[in-house]
Amino acid sequence: MYGGCGAVLCQNCESKESTVHVTKIVNGQKTEFYLCEECAAGRSDLEFPDLELPLKGIIGGKMPLHQFFSGLLGKGALGDPGVVPRGTAELQCPACGLSYAQLGQIGCFGCDRCYEVFGDHLLPLLRRLHGNQKHIGKIPARAGSHAKIKKEIEGLRQELQKKVREEDFEEAVRLRDIIRGLEGRLSGGEGGD
Amino acid sequence: MTEKGKPAPDNGKQKGGEENPGKIEEAHVWEKAAAMEEQEEQKRRSEILSKWMEGTGPEADVIISSRIRLARNLKGLTFTRLASEEQQKEVLQLAREAFRKHEEFSRFQLYEMASLPLVFRQVLIEKHLVSPLLARESPYGALFLEDGEALSIMVNEEDHLRIQCLLPGLQLKKCWEMASRLDDCLEEMVGYAFDEELGFLTACPTNVGTGLRVSVMLHLPALSITRQLSWILSAVNQVGLAVRGLYGEGTEIVGSIFQISNQITLGQSEEEILENLHGITAQLIAQERQMREKLLSKNREKLADRAGRAYGTLKHCRLIGSQEAMQLLSDLRLGVDLGLLNEVSGGILNGLLVISRPGCLQYLKGRQLDSHERDLERARQIQKYLAFGAS
Repeated sequence: MYGGCGAVLCQNCESKESTVHVTKIVNGQKTEFYLCEECAAGRSDLEFPDLELPLKGIIGGKMPLHQFFSGLLGKGALGDPGVVPRGTAELQCPACGLSYAQLGQIGCFGCDRCYEVFGDHLLPLLRRLHGNQKHIGKIPARAGSHAKIKKEIEGLRQELQKKVREEDFEEAVRLRDIIRGLEGRLSGGEGGD
Repeated sequence: MTEKGKPAPDNGKQKGGEENPGKIEEAHVWEKAAAMEEQEEQKRRSEILSKWMEGTGPEADVIISSRIRLARNLKGLTFTRLASEEQQKEVLQLAREAFRKHEEFSRFQLYEMASLPLVFRQVLIEKHLVSPLLARESPYGALFLEDGEALSIMVNEEDHLRIQCLLPGLQLKKCWEMASRLDDCLEEMVGYAFDEELGFLTACPTNVGTGLRVSVMLHLPALSITRQLSWILSAVNQVGLAVRGLYGEGTEIVGSIFQISNQITLGQSEEEILENLHGITAQLIAQERQMREKLLSKNREKLADRAGRAYGTLKHCRLIGSQEAMQLLSDLRLGVDLGLLNEVSGGILNGLLVISRPGCLQYLKGRQLDSHERDLERARQIQKYLAFGAS
């Protein structure tokens, strides 16, 4: 699995064991490199091709950003800095086994169920990251068939209200029937997507 | 779907195997061997070069490439980080099935990381087709790569599936359309982890929602020369976009090459994200061009001199480090783009950026190289490439 064991290979040439450990601090962000002597000496080639942008580098535990997330999750997730949110200690995902504490440590989820399990505790984090907590983009045809219908209903409801205001009742009735049809499909197709 | 386990192994051992006596014959054999070696190298070179490196495409004078990445996960399966090897194997198996059954995927080849030599994995990283994480740490990591190398899918990266589209020049919309179509085809075959409220569920909360990362790679030498970059890039940062060097954060920005990408993935539609990035990119292009014009009108000789010197050094050096090479390629490219130098076409410089990387050099040479040997080989490869480009 991740993290590996045994000798750490040089990140640059990947062929020799790393003997030089470089710690680089840029804008307060610490990054570490493991290099063999040769690569460390040949500075002209020392470009660290395996450094990713910190936002992506959650895996591997090398990156500073996962610490940043854990901070958000562990302490201030519910707006109370320094205190672990109440009721989270016993939270654990039944599917993959990830606990809330672990989530804080590794900064990423174990499976899709985690999102349900940790649900409400995540929203503040998501708001901080994205300034938002609701998806409004692409809806996949199969996995999102429910969501697609819901979105359609939402649009039709708005249209319906507009027609009522305009006193175009004939059209309003037509829209109402379409909405009812869609709602029927939603309840009828429960669990069927 | 065809499977490509590994690239052709080093066939160099076979040369000179004939037993014909006599010196003339021997000379002949050596000549033949050299020709074979050359042929082999040529083959490897063509394996390295992708279409996006041809340097064509809209706004190619400033924009090197456009890229879209979609993070997707399979419903009900543990994400890669916590998955056992058995579970990762299952994900790869599901992906293979999907690829075998769907017609759309017949143009794709499968590269399984575990069966590829390290140096070839490094080549794939340098071509921006796989991440270092996938190449080095994922036991069942795999890459499905389309013929033209524009479309690809990483399996068992941080997320189960990562769809990528990479095109030369500024073509964000086309990238998105191609990636989204592939996304649709995949979804026909596998169940996605999707939530009505949160969108596509990803391993890392920074990707949840659209799972979309849009990025462009820009060459901004004029802004760099005139020291305008720091404030411009901090402005880019302030509107919520990430700025990085050619091979990611932490790498010093060399050769005036930058990547900008979106950070927000939740609460904005794909179109909004694309438009936002497109708008900022257009601004950067305009600023860069304006500055190039200014430089051209005031410092024409100086710029031409700079490009000429870069060309001279690249053409005649014997040893060159990769940072120096990138800087010179950037200088040369600026000269070419401004019409100050006709010996090379701007397009070939994109390929050179990749071919002069450590992994590619070692792959071309067919063996491991220490850093001195790489500097030697880099100079040799650049010269070959330049000569080829001029003809």
